[in-house]
Order: sequence, then C-alpha cells, then structure tokens
Amino acid sequence: MIERKLLLGDEAVALGAVDAGISGVYAYPGTPSTEITEFIQTHAPHVRSRWCTNEKTAMEAALGMSYAGKRALVCMKHVGMNVAADAFVNSAITGVNGGLVVLAADDPSMHSSQNEQDSRFYGKFAMIPILEPSTQQEAYDMMTYAFQLSEEKKLPVLMRVVTRLAHSRAGVVISERKAENELNPDNERTHWVLLPGNARRQYAGLVEKQPSLLESSEQSPFSKTVSVEGKAALGVIACGIAYNYVMENTPSELGIPVLKVSQYPLPESAIKDFASGCDSILVAEDGQPLVEEQVKGLLGGDYIVKGRLTGDLPRMGELTPDNVGAALGVKLDRPYCSAQNVMPRPPALCQGCGHRDVYNALNEVAKEYVDARIFGDIGCYTLGALPPFRAIDSCVDMGASITMAKGAADAGVHPAIAVIGDSTFTHSGMTGLLDAVNDKANITVVISDNLTTAMTGGQDSAGTNKFEAICLALGVEPEHVHVVVPLPKNMEEITRIIRQELEYDGVSVIIPRRECIQTLGRKLRKKKAEQ
Amino acid sequence: MKKDIILAGVGGQGILTIATIIGDAATVAGLNLKQAEVHGMSQRGGDVQSNLRLSTETIYSDLIKEGAADLIISMEPMEALRYLSYLNAEGWIVTSSHPFKNIPNYPEEEALNAELGSLPHVASLPIEDVAKDNNMPKSANVILLGMAAKYIGILSPGQLRESIARVFASKGEAIVEMNLKAFDLGLNAVK
Repeated sequence: MIERKLLLGDEAVALGAVDAGISGVYAYPGTPSTEITEFIQTHAPHVRSRWCTNEKTAMEAALGMSYAGKRALVCMKHVGMNVAADAFVNSAITGVNGGLVVLAADDPSMHSSQNEQDSRFYGKFAMIPILEPSTQQEAYDMMTYAFQLSEEKKLPVLMRVVTRLAHSRAGVVISERKAENELNPDNERTHWVLLPGNARRQYAGLVEKQPSLLESSEQSPFSKTVSVEGKAALGVIACGIAYNYVMENTPSELGIPVLKVSQYPLPESAIKDFASGCDSILVAEDGQPLVEEQVKGLLGGDYIVKGRLTGDLPRMGELTPDNVGAALGVKLDRPYCSAQNVMPRPPALCQGCGHRDVYNALNEVAKEYVDARIFGDIGCYTLGALPPFRAIDSCVDMGASITMAKGAADAGVHPAIAVIGDSTFTHSGMTGLLDAVNDKANITVVISDNLTTAMTGGQDSAGTNKFEAICLALGVEPEHVHVVVPLPKNMEEITRIIRQELEYDGVSVIIPRRECIQTLGRKLRKKKAEQ
Repeated sequence: MKKDIILAGVGGQGILTIATIIGDAATVAGLNLKQAEVHGMSQRGGDVQSNLRLSTETIYSDLIKEGAADLIISMEPMEALRYLSYLNAEGWIVTSSHPFKNIPNYPEEEALNAELGSLPHVASLPIEDVAKDNNMPKSANVILLGMAAKYIGILSPGQLRESIARVFASKGEAIVEMNLKAFDLGLNAVK
C-alpha cells in the first residue's frame, strides 16, 4: 500500500488505469463516465488524453494505440457503445497488441440518459471478457487485472460500471504505478487486415479462446461465496454493485448464501455448484436480466430462478438496498411516510443561457406556422422540451435532429427545423448535414453554439471556431449560413433571419453563438482569483 | 458505530462542499465512508441529494435504506421533506428555512412549515439571512454544517473545523477564517 485516497468510482477507474501503465485515454464526455477522463487530464498529464469527436473515433484511436503495443483506455456512457459498436465488435476480431480496456458507464434508472441499455450484452456479443466491479477499490484493482487479462488473451476487455458506483466516493488503497509499454507495433498483418479470408481465421481464433475466457471467470480473484450452514431455501447470485445491496441486508443472518459474480463469461461451474446447495436462486443484477436468463438455461426448467423477469425485483430501474431487501424478504422499517408538501423540481436551462434566447426566437417564429416541427438533440438544450419553452418535438440520439428533420421534410413536413448543439453537431451531425445538402432537403438547421460541451460540465468542443467552415465545406450555400448572437436585444434580427430561411427551399444553417454562462463564469472567477 | 446522512438541496447550492468537508474529516479520522453524489442533468437547478455514510464497520451499499438515515441536512425546506421516508425514528432534520422557488407549483409556505413543524426532531434557521448579516453570503452551506455538527456525533465539531481549514486552505487564510466563523455561527445557533 502506498496510500489511501478518497475517490469517486470514476476516479478509481482513472487512477487504476494510470497505475496500470496506460499511454492514452480516448473518450467523448457522457454522464456518468466523464470524470474518468477529466481525472486523467488533471492528474496524469503524461497520458495522451484530448477529448475525441465521438465514441467511435475514440475506440479506433485506442485500438491504434494498442496496435502500436501500448496500453489504452476508452471511456463512454452506455449509449456511446452504440456509436462505437462497429469498431468495438471488430476489435475482438483483430484482437489487441498492447492492452485495451473499454469502460462503459451504464445509467440504470436513466438519471441522465434516454435509455438504460446494459453494456454487458455488448461484451457477450463481441465474445470478450467483461469485468463488473462492486466497489471503488475493485474498480481500481480491476484495471491492472483487466490490462493483464487483455494482453494475456490478446483481446479487448470490457469493464462495466453503473451510475451509483461511478458517482460515489469511498476510500481506495493505491498501489505502485507500472511503467508504460514500449513502442512495439504488431507486424502480423493477417490479424489486422479484416479481409474475409483473414477475418474468418481471426473469428475462429476468437471462438477457440472462449473456453479459456470461461476458465478465467471461474478463477476470477474478484468472485467470492458467502456460505451458510446446510442447504439453503434461497441463494443469491449478485453481480457487480448488486452485491452491495444484498450484503446491506445481512443475508447471513437470514440464512441466505451469496455468490458474487464480477467477471464474464458467466462462471458456469461456480453457478452450478452454488445452486446445488440451494432450493432456489435469486439473481440480483443492475440493468437488464442478462444473467437471470442465462442462469435459467444453465439450471434447467425445474429449478426456480427469481429476478427481474419474475417480478421479484423490478423489471426496470436501478436496484436499491430497499428493493433488493424486499426480494430477500426483509421487512421495511419506515417510521415516517413520504411528506405531503413536496413537488418535483425538474432541471432547467440556466438563467442567462443562450439556448433560452434561441428557443424564445424559434417559438416566436414557429407560432406563425401551424405545421412547424422542431427536431431536438442531446444536450442542455434538450431542456427546451420543458416549460416554459415546450419547444421541441423530438430528441432521440446524438445527431438525430438533422437527419429526422430531413426525413420529415422528405415526407412533406414544412417547416422542418433541427436544433443541435455545437459538440453534438461534430459528434454525429455533420454526416447528416451532408445527406441533407446532397438531397437539397428543405430544412433549417440551428447549431446552438455555446463553445463547449456544457451538459457534462464544460469539456472542450471538437468544432469550436470551425462551424462556418464545416458547413460551407459540406456544401451549404454561403448566403444560407448565418451567425447570430443569442441575446434578447438581438431578437428582431434573429427572428428575421429564421423567417427568411424557413422560406428558403433548401438547407440553411443558423449558428447562434454565445459562450455557456457556466464556463464563462468559471473563467471570470479564475481570472479574478489570479489578479 | 455508524451515521447515515442525506444531504439535500437544489443544484448549485453547495451541498457537495458540505459532503467534501465531512468526507475529509471522516478520512482523517480513519472512518469508513461512502458518498453517492448526483452529477449531470439534475445539477441544472433541479433537486440534488447526496447519500453520505460513515461507519467504524464495513459499509456495503452506496445508498441509504429507507427508514435508516440518522440525519437529513438540507439547504432548502421542501428538499428536506423530499427524503422524509428515509429518516429513522430518532433521526434529525437540519435545514435552511429559506425556500428556493424556481418552480411554479412550489407548495404553500404555511403548509410546508406546518408539516416541518409537526416533526419531532427539526432544527431550522434562515441560514442565508444569517450569512448576509455576517457578510459571508457564500458560506450559508457552512453555517448549515455548523448546525448539523451537533447531530453528526461520529465526528466532533473540532474535527470538522480542522477539515474546513484543510478544504479551504488553497483559497487563502481569509476564506478559511470566514468559513470557520460561519461554522461557529451555525454551531452556536442550535445550542
């Protein structure tokens, strides 16, 4: 032990990776994963760590670093896995050279997300090892283990955390830092050139590795069994953070044994052994019932397996010590009922935020058109869906504002307006804009540029100072690219330009540009402190 | 010995600073600690909370069970009530009495105060007024921590004072002194 530090789960992941000797971290910000890369940027400047344009470019750059023989970490929120999926799945086919760990931060209960997809499915789909820590200490320790496993199996390793681990602090014992790998590019082209002939060979190799991955899970140093005397009526298989909620309910006092699962593929022998000492099994896993389905298949039709599918645990939403306690038969002891005088307090756009002026202008013009539709996107400005604006008609995935507006315009919707932020535009909006230009779609695109990735706390935005050039290069006509400053005093100019461009039959881009008041305030305070 | 604390407020009110101070004191005292925070979308003026768990024993869950919290520390009276079902029978609520109204359907203040007043263990103070009267408008959260110090128990007020000095050290001596004064104002207000 070198020292003990109080770390967020995300920070434990970050420091674990740095101490495992990574040479680069590649990521696009996304709650609850953002703090990993931020921590490395602040505390380990020797690690290459500039924010990437999106999760796919991050995944590919990390694979390139692995190709060159060095260790690389890729971080993203769960929905980022969808963006990175092409590169992610194929990285299991090429295999790796230097260790490669993909960190997916899932958000059960959708605290800051549009779905609660479970990234463990991606690991199973790609047929690679998955690690799932239950504590901040494990998140730290697992990083060194994950990079060793990656280099030993010559495969990327997926580590999955959830919001409650990512954003919770605990004491973590820190070990010594490992040196970075030397530059050592892989000269075996047949591994990396995925022409069908090579790809078939590589895939066969991946299939051949599966028994050794299973063996590794069976021996995982992060699994453990909490036993009880004699045969138990109920045993619990607890995955990742669910183990904490189970243990909080003192299962030993209830005569309930626990098998903690922290590594996949699912350790089948360990599960069969454990189940043979119980009459029934409860599977506690945060996210979707991946393990529950597999355990049912493994133990056969007659064995009682309970979990989210049977209603013993809620089908959706995150696990809590309370809903897990209920599934274990623990009676809730609640002296106070919920209070009467409490109202929901939803988040809102900050006072003084430029997005407010954008929505005020859009709403003013849109009310002149009965059929106007405004397609939104992912970011702070999604809050334009809530009162007092109620301005947007859709918000689906990164970049979908432009492409959905195009499809709707193709179908005859007019005016079809897209509202997208600067960072989201470079993440996934540019390609859609090219489609729209090539098809001369009748849409008006508003790139609400606040010079930062605001929703996640103000990270650099990949396209800052480049938006007019990008739009012109993609073929938007110069007379239909406008930059305005979203302030109440400019409302007349802004609404005039919007009206004018809604009447133009083709692609127009309006860029309201004013710095995020949060990042601006931070800069001003810093400047003042330095004086 | 354990102490389960729920910190509550509105995004931007400074509950994470309170958590940082208690967390620092607990770490120095060698206590086990888990502290679940809210980051992301809710920080934009929405309701925010943090589950802070301190114990001499192993802590498993990052979240506190309903009916198990020993203390609710809230920067806002309605936010204090939001977590009422988490409070145990002997648990205390320490809250600012100053409502933060950024929603159109904020409850009637009279009804809100009546409900708070009906509970057996509540300490409340208009901390923002106290902060303004003492020329420390940014230290309302530390005044609240001072009030709560009486009920934290597992850490002494002295240990918390030492943490304030450490946490604010990088901001200079004047800021440290101001926050220590804020802490003492809160501490003395509930004696």
